[in-house]
Amino acid sequence: MREIEVSRLTDVIEKLCIEANNHLPEDVRCAIESCRACEDGQIAMGVLDNIIENYRIADRENVPVCQDTGMACVFLEIGQDVHLTGGELAAAVDEGVRRGYDKGYLRKSVVGDPVRRGNTGDNTPAMLYTEIVPGDRIRVTVGPKGFGSENMSAIRMFKPSAGLQGIKDFIIETVENAGPNPCPPMVVGVGIGGTFDKCALLAKKALMRPLDSSHPDPFYADLEREMLERINGLGIGPQGFGGRTTAIGLNIETMPTHIAGMPCAVNINCHVTRHKTEVI
Amino acid sequence: MSMPKKIQLPLTEELARTLHAGDSVLLTGTIYTSRDAGHKRMCEALARGEELPFDPADATIYYVGPTPAKPGQVIGSAGPTTSGRMDAYAPTLMSVGARGMIGKGARLPEVVEAMKQYGGVYFGAIGGAGALLAKCIKTCELIAYEDLGAEALRKLYVEEMPLVVIIDSEGRNLYEEGRAAYLKAHGRNEEK
Repeated sequence: MREIEVSRLTDVIEKLCIEANNHLPEDVRCAIESCRACEDGQIAMGVLDNIIENYRIADRENVPVCQDTGMACVFLEIGQDVHLTGGELAAAVDEGVRRGYDKGYLRKSVVGDPVRRGNTGDNTPAMLYTEIVPGDRIRVTVGPKGFGSENMSAIRMFKPSAGLQGIKDFIIETVENAGPNPCPPMVVGVGIGGTFDKCALLAKKALMRPLDSSHPDPFYADLEREMLERINGLGIGPQGFGGRTTAIGLNIETMPTHIAGMPCAVNINCHVTRHKTEVI
Repeated sequence: MSMPKKIQLPLTEELARTLHAGDSVLLTGTIYTSRDAGHKRMCEALARGEELPFDPADATIYYVGPTPAKPGQVIGSAGPTTSGRMDAYAPTLMSVGARGMIGKGARLPEVVEAMKQYGGVYFGAIGGAGALLAKCIKTCELIAYEDLGAEALRKLYVEEMPLVVIIDSEGRNLYEEGRAAYLKAHGRNEEK
């Protein structure tokens, strides 16, 4: 049994909130730059040049890439041989978010009640996901999630008879409906299987996976490539002004599901796809 | 894309009518920031017969909620938010003289109709380019609704802010035309 003080989680989350918001991950930058090389339209190239210049400024000056510094999605993979001490886990996570968003001059974008609104003033609570895994370490991932793209996401409970074609059509339909709203070029996270709730979580996890990775099953890896190619034939383009680069990446996550169902969730992210991980 | 047009605010109707969907512009002058909660309050004020916190005549509103300024900064990162959430309020603001809107994303037909009627222009700023756009903002003054935090109403002076006209006062729309042009140039019919 390894003892870990929850205050260490607070410190790590504070740091990851700031780093994730100010420094775009390498895989995302590479994807944007290789898409830039494939564009031929003047407006599309100009937009991608500005996007590249923007994350370079943010990186250099240590300021947020985007003003929507998001809701703080925090994923904890906690080794089953870890004993957390010194306080409550969720409170320690929120304290990390509170400090990160304060010290990092990040925007506080959370309302305390979904209907009656009212900003909580410190960007808490975090959207916290915990998973118990083998081992004695904690893997911490912070993925700030903006809502311009979150609002364009969708989930559908398919009949199994809809088959692969149903899923393909739904992915394209969701991207078409999103159009210019989620600040394309976008990143598309697809979840297939599980229950209603697990399916949505799979889609969110797909957005946390590096863009240069593939689904381990060749069937889904091929589907990832096919769907990305089809999306980039839609012509929506950077910012929706027309062009090839509608998406810079598409990841699929899957899990078993019920004999009666085939859930599919499509979580949309923008080109500012942020995630940062540290292991304690 | 031709060279960007340099535009000096205020956005008079005469000036607005010279701008067309797809034009790249560099905007200089005074603009006002407002998003969801600020728009709601402004329209409630107008409904009560009160004045707005700024003179709306020929004004341009930037849909943005910036990050807090670090010490030494004029403003934090300041890219556009999704304009569609302001669609319920935009025609009302145009009816009292506001003419320019800066944001990103699609607009409803009733907003486009109001733009044609009043001579409005919808400019797109690059969504997600908050650090870059902040560089064009030279002064920032909080003028109302301070309690709304990032959503408070601010008066900005911008210099050569890089924008693209998405919808013009004739109702032409770059989202439709740009996509159609790409698909035509690449020999594809619009997929559906």
